[in-house]
Amino acid sequence: MAPSPAALSGPTSKERKYDRQLRLWAATGQQALEDARVLLVNSDGPLGSSSTGVTGVAGVEALKNLVLPGIGGFTIVDPAIVTEADLGVNFFLEEASLGKSRADETCRLLRELNPDVQGYSYSKSITELLGDAEFLPRHKLVIISGPTKRSTLETLCETAQKLEIPVLYIHSVGFCATFSLQLPSEFPIVETHPDPESTQDLRLLHPWPELANAVASLGNLESMDDHQHGHVPYLLLLLRFLEQWKQSHEGNMPSNYKEKTEFREFVRSNARTENAEGGEENFDEAIAAVVKTISPFSLRSSIREIFEMPQCHQLTTTSADFWIIASAIRTFYNTHNVLPLPGSLPDMKAKSADYVALQNVYKKKARHDVEEVTATIRQLESDLGRTTLILDREVEVFCKNAAHIKVVRGRAIPQISNNSDAALLKAVRSGLQMPESLASLFIACQILDAVVDEIQSNPALHDGRSVDDDGLWIAHRDRILTSLTLGDPAAIDESALEGIDDAIQEVRRAEGGELHNIASLAGGLVAQESLKVLTRQYVPLDNTCVFDGARSRSEMYRF
Amino acid sequence: MATSVAVPLNEKGRWNHLYKVLSKPGPFSDEDWVPGEETINALESSKILGAGGLGCEILKNLALSGFKDIHVIDMGIADTIDISNLNRQFLFRQADIGKPKAEVAAAFVEKRVKGVKITPYVGKIQDKDEDYYMQFKIVICGLDSIEARRWINSTLIGMVDLENPESLKPLVDGGTEGRPPHSNYLNIQKLIVYTGFKGQARVILPTLSSCIECQLDMHAPRPAVPLCTIATIPRQPQHCIEWAHQIAWQEKRKDDTFDSDDMEHISWVYNTALERAQQFHIHGVTFQMTQGVVKNIIPAIASTNAVIAASTTSEVLKIATSCNPYLENYMMYAGEEGVYTYTFEAEKKADCPVCGNLARNMDVDPNMTLGDFIDSLGEKAEAQLKKPSMRTEEKTLYQRFPPQLEEHTRPNLVLKLSELLENGQEIAVSDPAYTIDFRFRLHFR
Repeated sequence: MAPSPAALSGPTSKERKYDRQLRLWAATGQQALEDARVLLVNSDGPLGSSSTGVTGVAGVEALKNLVLPGIGGFTIVDPAIVTEADLGVNFFLEEASLGKSRADETCRLLRELNPDVQGYSYSKSITELLGDAEFLPRHKLVIISGPTKRSTLETLCETAQKLEIPVLYIHSVGFCATFSLQLPSEFPIVETHPDPESTQDLRLLHPWPELANAVASLGNLESMDDHQHGHVPYLLLLLRFLEQWKQSHEGNMPSNYKEKTEFREFVRSNARTENAEGGEENFDEAIAAVVKTISPFSLRSSIREIFEMPQCHQLTTTSADFWIIASAIRTFYNTHNVLPLPGSLPDMKAKSADYVALQNVYKKKARHDVEEVTATIRQLESDLGRTTLILDREVEVFCKNAAHIKVVRGRAIPQISNNSDAALLKAVRSGLQMPESLASLFIACQILDAVVDEIQSNPALHDGRSVDDDGLWIAHRDRILTSLTLGDPAAIDESALEGIDDAIQEVRRAEGGELHNIASLAGGLVAQESLKVLTRQYVPLDNTCVFDGARSRSEMYRF
Repeated sequence: MATSVAVPLNEKGRWNHLYKVLSKPGPFSDEDWVPGEETINALESSKILGAGGLGCEILKNLALSGFKDIHVIDMGIADTIDISNLNRQFLFRQADIGKPKAEVAAAFVEKRVKGVKITPYVGKIQDKDEDYYMQFKIVICGLDSIEARRWINSTLIGMVDLENPESLKPLVDGGTEGRPPHSNYLNIQKLIVYTGFKGQARVILPTLSSCIECQLDMHAPRPAVPLCTIATIPRQPQHCIEWAHQIAWQEKRKDDTFDSDDMEHISWVYNTALERAQQFHIHGVTFQMTQGVVKNIIPAIASTNAVIAASTTSEVLKIATSCNPYLENYMMYAGEEGVYTYTFEAEKKADCPVCGNLARNMDVDPNMTLGDFIDSLGEKAEAQLKKPSMRTEEKTLYQRFPPQLEEHTRPNLVLKLSELLENGQEIAVSDPAYTIDFRFRLHFR
């Protein structure tokens, strides 16, 4: 194996710059980022003549965290003019920015962070820009800084949903931050990056012939010298002792906790303790692995659900690659009652050659399974008349991750109103029932949205009214609570109501304004979710997160 | 709603949002708290010390939290700006590569946020003494080494004088090295996952609440691969890299000091590791992995840094102004699957070697030699001491310095613990990295 040319000359300067993140999402993830342009809708115009309006710092901070790792480009839409109050919260503005377009100035200073990233700015309202049907499709993700006019939010979310562009809607008010993610109705992820320990799939209860041969070729353990005995890979030890257990237990494997404990003691009794070390490391490893590794293969319910989804059955010429592969894997499962073997082997005490040989048994089986899945896929492709074949690499990655794939069923940005979905209202009510629930902050932000919407929608009527106007808050609190309880006040208990009123007080304390720390924290979280959505790696939020800076806690809700 | 209290006009426009929050009580702020001018003055007069690798975010956040007098330290001379910092440390540009981080960051933030004074100190936190630390109201750190954290922790605890409330300096600590708390050492031995999406924020009130040393076992060190595996039975590509780095370099190039930033050195280790891997039919040695192993690289991204830095600076703002309750005392964060945080109160331990008054219990094998015991302290989660010296109340067991004493105590290294100590005896351990002694009570198992 000759070193690759890249290795001889060392990494490129781009690889060096992005080294710390390439270790998280690899070149494929990075390419996906570089192919993406992100739209930030940072305000929807002033809130009447007396107010400075939305400062939108959380969105700007999110963009910072996306520009640094090198997304392809970003667009800022923001009709606001830079005021003094902006300088106290937004790091990407300077004194010289006062009185200029906030979109232009923020864009200019964000671009300085990374010369590889394109930046565009528009000092007009998003409604105006949406008039151009080609505007939105240039973007792979939309981030909206709330509160924003309801009509604008609805138009944006609906248009994005039709185009299958994900949307993040953020509030950052005083010590409180909340955001929701709207994904397309079906959002599949192959590389979910589960905890490596949970991905171990060693098939000890049903060894395939080559693995069984590896155990058989061990020979007699008793006749080994201490060095050999102490270097038998623990996996083979377990397989050997399982065979013996089976013989003395009418052909049954240890199945419950009690039997596993007995089996563990049986393994322990075979370790040599009269040697110089007073024990054997490989036996210690075997003993530690019993409970975790000796269990039959079972298909996770999330994978079963994916297999049962209509997309997996009704393939068409235009089905996404994901569904073609998923369907082939379902066929594999139906044939073998297991998923393709991931093929990775944990490190364990063993001699080099023995370990490599065992590793090859796993790798070979995994390769064989991939070949079988690929054959099914090629057949499907030919039956469907698809001319562009799915790449081998994609099939391989899918097989390796098959036990952990996910399909998120996207939901709309949650909004409480008279015509809200009953399921949403129920989810919010049950969120409120938890002790110290943070769903109350979500509700307070919904009321803030309603107050701002009323001021923005009727500028003539409300000019001069503050975002902290008592009358508006009381009216909208009652209206939102009526919607939430469908008119039955008993649907929310006393302590939940108190929680809501506390949340309202904390949110009103800031009068709609942002604190930089909280905006920055929200920007970090929003950027993280954006990275997951753009790379299609890791598992994105489904669908609402609330952070309470007063009590240093967060919660996730499915609203 | 409470009425706002008047504040100086010139600053009022810029700090409009911040002052609103500081001028009204909230549902969770203390009943005795006085919002308004007094609070704002307290904020502006608080001198803050920031230290460590989350520096860019922390500096920006402190400046935009209204603090006026900020000092930064421990982005040392050796820690100059590297190209691999640019994916997250946003105050640095291509043209800044090679310059000291603290100076570039301080100058940038001072220029951007008018009215803030930032004093950089290029050097190590250990260079400074108690007088220096005494001038600050709060210390915030985003240090990437456990050693530096433990040092600042024990220093701040040592400074507390019960007669003088000003001597108690709250320590706010953030880290993104991604150790899952609540796992015991054994569980994570095989699970070395630095995901880059994890971190933690914690607030320590020296002597009053759980300290970094109390929580040490939640941050276990990465267990080293046994030397015999590296030397004789490699199985993983990482083992081949360790061999090239630790053994082959010593044999073939002992006159060159290994420099992990020297491309030629890394390439040599890479090629040597590749050769060894071929010999053992091991696949997977790459240049990227070689760099990762020899430089002990932890993946890092801007978004995780931002989350952790902002949660720590938010606590600093709350402590300085009392506008809301501060974190008691630990928030862990994990972002691979949605957004997950867990906030809890870590326990103050009576046997904490730094803030407790009891010796910490430790189980040991009586047949172990003193030398092996000393080596094991580097990896034991509850100790993590790399160059320990130790004594009992009666005698010195092993002392590294001065050389005469080292020579005198060296013969003890080959003796078994049972030949040197009684079961249940207490020992005091010192280490050049720390200013205090660690007390352990050894129980034979």
